[in-house]
Amino acid sequence: MKPKKRTIMLALYFGLLLLPIYWMLNMSLRTNADILSVLTLYPTDPTLVNYIKIFTDASWYSGYINSMIYVAINTTISLSVALPAAYAFSRYRFVGDKQIFFWLLTNRMAPAAVFLLPFFQLYSTFGLIDTHIAVALAHCLFNVPLAVWILEGFMSGIPREIDETAFIDGYSLPRFFITVFIPLIRAGVGVTAFFCFMFSWVELLFARTLTVTDAKPIGAIMTRTISATGLDWGLMAAAGVLTIVPGALVIWFVRNHMAKGFALGRV
Amino acid sequence: MEKWDNNKAWFLVLPVFVIVAISAIIPLMTVVNYSVQDIFGPGQRIFVGAEWFKETLADHRLHDALWRQFLFSGMVLLIEMPLGIMIALAMPKRGWGVSFSLVTLALPLLIPWNVIGTIWLIFTRPDIGLFGSLINNMGLAFDHTSSPLDAWITLMLMEVWHWTPLVVLLAYAGLRAIPEVYYQAAKIDGASAWATFRYIQLPKMRGVLTIALLLRFMDSFLIYAEPFVLTGGGPGNSTTFLSIYLVKLAVGQFDLGPAAAFSIIYFLIILALCFVFYQVLQNVGRGEKA
Repeated sequence: MKPKKRTIMLALYFGLLLLPIYWMLNMSLRTNADILSVLTLYPTDPTLVNYIKIFTDASWYSGYINSMIYVAINTTISLSVALPAAYAFSRYRFVGDKQIFFWLLTNRMAPAAVFLLPFFQLYSTFGLIDTHIAVALAHCLFNVPLAVWILEGFMSGIPREIDETAFIDGYSLPRFFITVFIPLIRAGVGVTAFFCFMFSWVELLFARTLTVTDAKPIGAIMTRTISATGLDWGLMAAAGVLTIVPGALVIWFVRNHMAKGFALGRV
Repeated sequence: MEKWDNNKAWFLVLPVFVIVAISAIIPLMTVVNYSVQDIFGPGQRIFVGAEWFKETLADHRLHDALWRQFLFSGMVLLIEMPLGIMIALAMPKRGWGVSFSLVTLALPLLIPWNVIGTIWLIFTRPDIGLFGSLINNMGLAFDHTSSPLDAWITLMLMEVWHWTPLVVLLAYAGLRAIPEVYYQAAKIDGASAWATFRYIQLPKMRGVLTIALLLRFMDSFLIYAEPFVLTGGGPGNSTTFLSIYLVKLAVGQFDLGPAAAFSIIYFLIILALCFVFYQVLQNVGRGEKA
């Protein structure tokens, strides 16, 4: 009897988890007039008009492209600087190591709101406002510390004898690191990339403030559905549904590695 | 395993140091600069010393926002941690159910934060939302735009919906890492389900649960986009959390001095809490190795 009760509880939870998302999907397949007139559990007269509007209007779909560009840049920067640093923290003792590690963590906790104005001024000075690189760099503030933190956990799980053996065999540090060490912790690299992607994709306060038109993320473009005639709920819902798609794709690709990756590290 | 002493390791940390210094230290210096000056316009500024700090510390709206913030984060942790562990324990251990569960769980985590607000706005509105109209049809007046209590209930529901999956994922990963022999030993000893949980699963999950607790505390303390979209900090100021109040000051009213002083106080509170958590985290790590 007990496993059955457990399954029912779990099914109920997943149902509740999906319900708000389903509701948005429902809204996205209806016109605004239809939404405001009746409340139905499913679209009685489904229409793709909201999606067509998004895919045919460059100012809409460019938002998705912008978001993906800065997320990709950010993930690349975060991983490439965090990998050597995490190795240093997991293998060596050096002057100020603990302090630096703690200082990095504090940046993960820094409220975005604190950095908002200074960031705007800093990037204005360098003429970087409204570029993808500005948003990608701003997101480094919280993603680099997180990447170092997670990677350090994975690396510490690898016995140091492996490094020693490789050095005796005549490997140089860079060669050992790239050809031996990184393949050993690839699950950790995957999990870290997943987290960097996730936090850069969902963050909008910086992304919105640092961009005007050319690099504006989709989340900020969504606010345009508020027009003189009121909110266009259908269009807003369709844009929302589309923001879920890239994330869902990423999860689908990493689903088998996720549980393994989490379990391996100290994450 | 002793670590190797090597100060050359600094070169490996240097890229991280430079990139975080650019994105953290320089902006922070600007904030410090603002916090001690009164700025009228370009080139017109006077040094005011600790004036803004005194003003900010005496600001009762800040005190209110701070208590609200602690209440919010406290409730978040009290609900999400036990719920997350319970769900992780009920998760399937093999078969197609694992992939399905993981994908479903990760879905809310990958939705941009303002879209989370949008989803719940659409879901809970009395006119077009399933939840809102359902509650109203049951004869209970529910409107998060006018009642502070309803706004809080909506925010908590959203927060629990949004972030419990993270706790579940981490707890599940911790559970999966426990070797099968532990369970076999427990079975031989005739341990009850509760005893197995209390003496095997919970201690083994301590590491991942600490990280879940830390991440949940940090992020709930910094919450901005979701309540901004859903309630805008209202009705009144009932859901104005620290970040919302700060952005209101800095961007809305453009009170740079007070906003900068507020920023520094906010950051110091977080720094202090972070230090406490960091110590706890270190101790947990030591406990595991011993």
